[in-house]
Amino acid sequence: MPKVSMTVNGNAVTADADARTLLVQYLREGLRLTGTHVGCDTSQCGACVVHVDGKAVKACTMFAWEAEGKTVLTIEGLAQNGKLHPMQEAFRENHGLQCGFCTPGMIMTAVDMVNRKGHDLDDPTIRHELEGNICRCTGYHNIVKSIAAGAKAMA
Amino acid sequence: MYNFAFHRPTGLRQASNMLGKLEEAKILAGGQTLIPTMKLRLASPGNVVDLNAIADELSGIELKGRSIVIGAMTRHADVANSDVVKQHLPALAYLAGLVGDPAVRHRGTIGGSLANNDPNADYPAAALGLGATIHTTKGKYEADNFFKGLFETALGADEIITKVSFPLAKKAGYEKFRNQASRFALVGVFVSKRGSEIRVAVTGAGSNGVFRVASFEEALKKRFAPKSLEGLTIPATGMNSDIHGSAEYRAHLVGVMARRAVTRANEFAAGEGED
Repeated sequence: MPKVSMTVNGNAVTADADARTLLVQYLREGLRLTGTHVGCDTSQCGACVVHVDGKAVKACTMFAWEAEGKTVLTIEGLAQNGKLHPMQEAFRENHGLQCGFCTPGMIMTAVDMVNRKGHDLDDPTIRHELEGNICRCTGYHNIVKSIAAGAKAMA
Repeated sequence: MYNFAFHRPTGLRQASNMLGKLEEAKILAGGQTLIPTMKLRLASPGNVVDLNAIADELSGIELKGRSIVIGAMTRHADVANSDVVKQHLPALAYLAGLVGDPAVRHRGTIGGSLANNDPNADYPAAALGLGATIHTTKGKYEADNFFKGLFETALGADEIITKVSFPLAKKAGYEKFRNQASRFALVGVFVSKRGSEIRVAVTGAGSNGVFRVASFEEALKKRFAPKSLEGLTIPATGMNSDIHGSAEYRAHLVGVMARRAVTRANEFAAGEGED
């Protein structure tokens, strides 16, 4: 099987990938980075959101080979030296998750949101920006709270 | 999904040649339609020709005279956030910001959307509603001659969209009633006024893809106001009918969305309407 190489969470990596191997499969099965989830597999739920060259994308809707040579950040790459990223900490602090399945995608989307929109995010902005991330437990309220708090903490 | 071979041309000419020579070849631009379609085995190309290695050459947004020219590989997010588009054609930036969700908009491209001509996509409404010119590796098409029906365009098998030129309109607006699950347009209406030329283009509703509504255009000639469209309807024949909405429902929505689009166009023209 052909090899695909990229930088994931700061490390140069190489793993097998078919033409049809999706980026999310490459991360989960090739690199054993199972923090990135597959929810709907139809680009709707956002559980698979990762950053490619600094931009949030749905890893179920990109081939692994499309990311050849690129820089990928997954949920595993956020915590530094055993310390949670401020956005992760905000989700913990504000009870921004219940079952946790959507959380990696929520947090990667939230960090992307802060990168694009800054640290002062109001509720309508956060709710609008979350249109590509689905949560079936929380009713979103605490997720919105978490993101507002995390955005401030990232400043 | 069925397996395939992929190719990453480093030039436009090479890409065209590949499309001409390879069997069952498909272009991969942003992949936000092609990849889901391949997963569902609705598409099973033997060869995928990826344009991302030449994306820089095919991307960019430029004000040229009285038009905005957008490269085919320009992502929806870049159109939505472009200062040039927001200033000169706010309806187009607004429309781009309604496609999919933020992550989809980081990948999806304007050329891909137009070439695919999904009957529920947003960009075909903008192209037809503004009278855009679609430039390709073989020439150019007026939007009126480009869209040929469901997922059908005038493009040849080895032809690639290179850029799209949108003439600036005095007034332009778009309004979309979304399918709640997919965020695609159940009905979307793009309206514009450029000199004496009025355009009303509808996506999502027609069983043959995007179309113009001559009766609405005629009514708006007298006065470009939602009131001009009051009481006007279009027949349900030729409308899509599915679990998301009947033909009658869609026909009704065309009138509602058209009036809202005119309101939004007037707000944009008055420097309002940002939200």
